[in-house]
Amino acid sequence: MSDKKKKKLSPTQQEYQKFAQDREPKRPIFLNCVRAFFVGGLICVIAQGIQMFFMTYYHFSQENAGNPTGAVIIIITVLLTGFGVFDHIAQWAGAGTIIPVTGFANTIASSSIEHRSEGFVLGVGGNMFKLAGPVIVYGVFSAFVVSLVVITLRALGVM
Amino acid sequence: MEKFIWAFLIGGGICVIGQLLLDGLKLTPAHTTCALVVVGAILGGLGLYDPLIKFAGAGASIPISSFGNSLVKGALNEYAGVGPIGVLTGIFEVTSAGISAAIIFGFMGALIFRPKG
Repeated sequence: MSDKKKKKLSPTQQEYQKFAQDREPKRPIFLNCVRAFFVGGLICVIAQGIQMFFMTYYHFSQENAGNPTGAVIIIITVLLTGFGVFDHIAQWAGAGTIIPVTGFANTIASSSIEHRSEGFVLGVGGNMFKLAGPVIVYGVFSAFVVSLVVITLRALGVM
Repeated sequence: MEKFIWAFLIGGGICVIGQLLLDGLKLTPAHTTCALVVVGAILGGLGLYDPLIKFAGAGASIPISSFGNSLVKGALNEYAGVGPIGVLTGIFEVTSAGISAAIIFGFMGALIFRPKG
C-alpha cells in the first residue's frame, strides 16, 4: 500500500494493515525466478526449433521465420487455453509464460472465451483486448515516440 | 545446437527480469508486459535489439520485448521508404502477423471452447 493511501486511514486501520502485512505469505522470489527461467527458456527453445523447421523446409530467412513461428506458438497457446491446461502451467511458471508471446495469446484467448456468454459482438469482440490492449497501446505509443526521436537525431546527424 | 543454448539462456533471462518486476516491485502482469514492451522499443531505437535477435534467435524474438522492437523497426523502415507518413503506416508492418494470428485464433477459440468452472 502506498504512503498516500496510508495517510487517509484511521490509526486502527493502519495498525490492521501492518498486522495483515506481517501475516501475508512471503513470495518465494528466488524459486519463482528459477521456475520462470526454466519455463521461459524452454518456450524459447521450442520456438527456436519451430523456427529452424521453417528455415530448413520452407526456406524462410532468419528475419521472416519469426512470423510463422509466432503464429504456431499462438495456435498452441489458444488450444492449451481452451482445454484449460494453460492456467495450470501459468500458475506454476509465473513470468515464464507471461513474458513470451504465449502470455499475449493467452490473455486474448482467455478473455474472448470467458466473455462468450455475453454474445459474440459485445462479449467476444468487445472484451478480446481487455487484458492485451495495454501492451498494444503502450507499445505503439512508445514506438511512435522512439521513432520520432531516432528520426530527429538522424536528421541532426547525431546517430 | 549453440543457437538453442543461447535461446534458452537469453529467453530465460528476460523471463527472470519479468519475474523480478512482478515479485520485487509487486507489479501486475499487465504492468510488467507494458514495461518490457517500452524497454524493447527503446532498445530497438538504439539499435541494440536486432543484434540480440541475431545472436539468440527465438530467445530474443519470442519474449514480448521484441514486440516493441518490431513496432519501431516497422515505423523506421517505412519512414526510410515513403517519408514521414511511413511512421503511421509502418508501425504494424512487422508485427501484423502476430496480432492478426492472435485475433483470428482467439476468435476461433471462442467459437469452439466454452468457459470452464
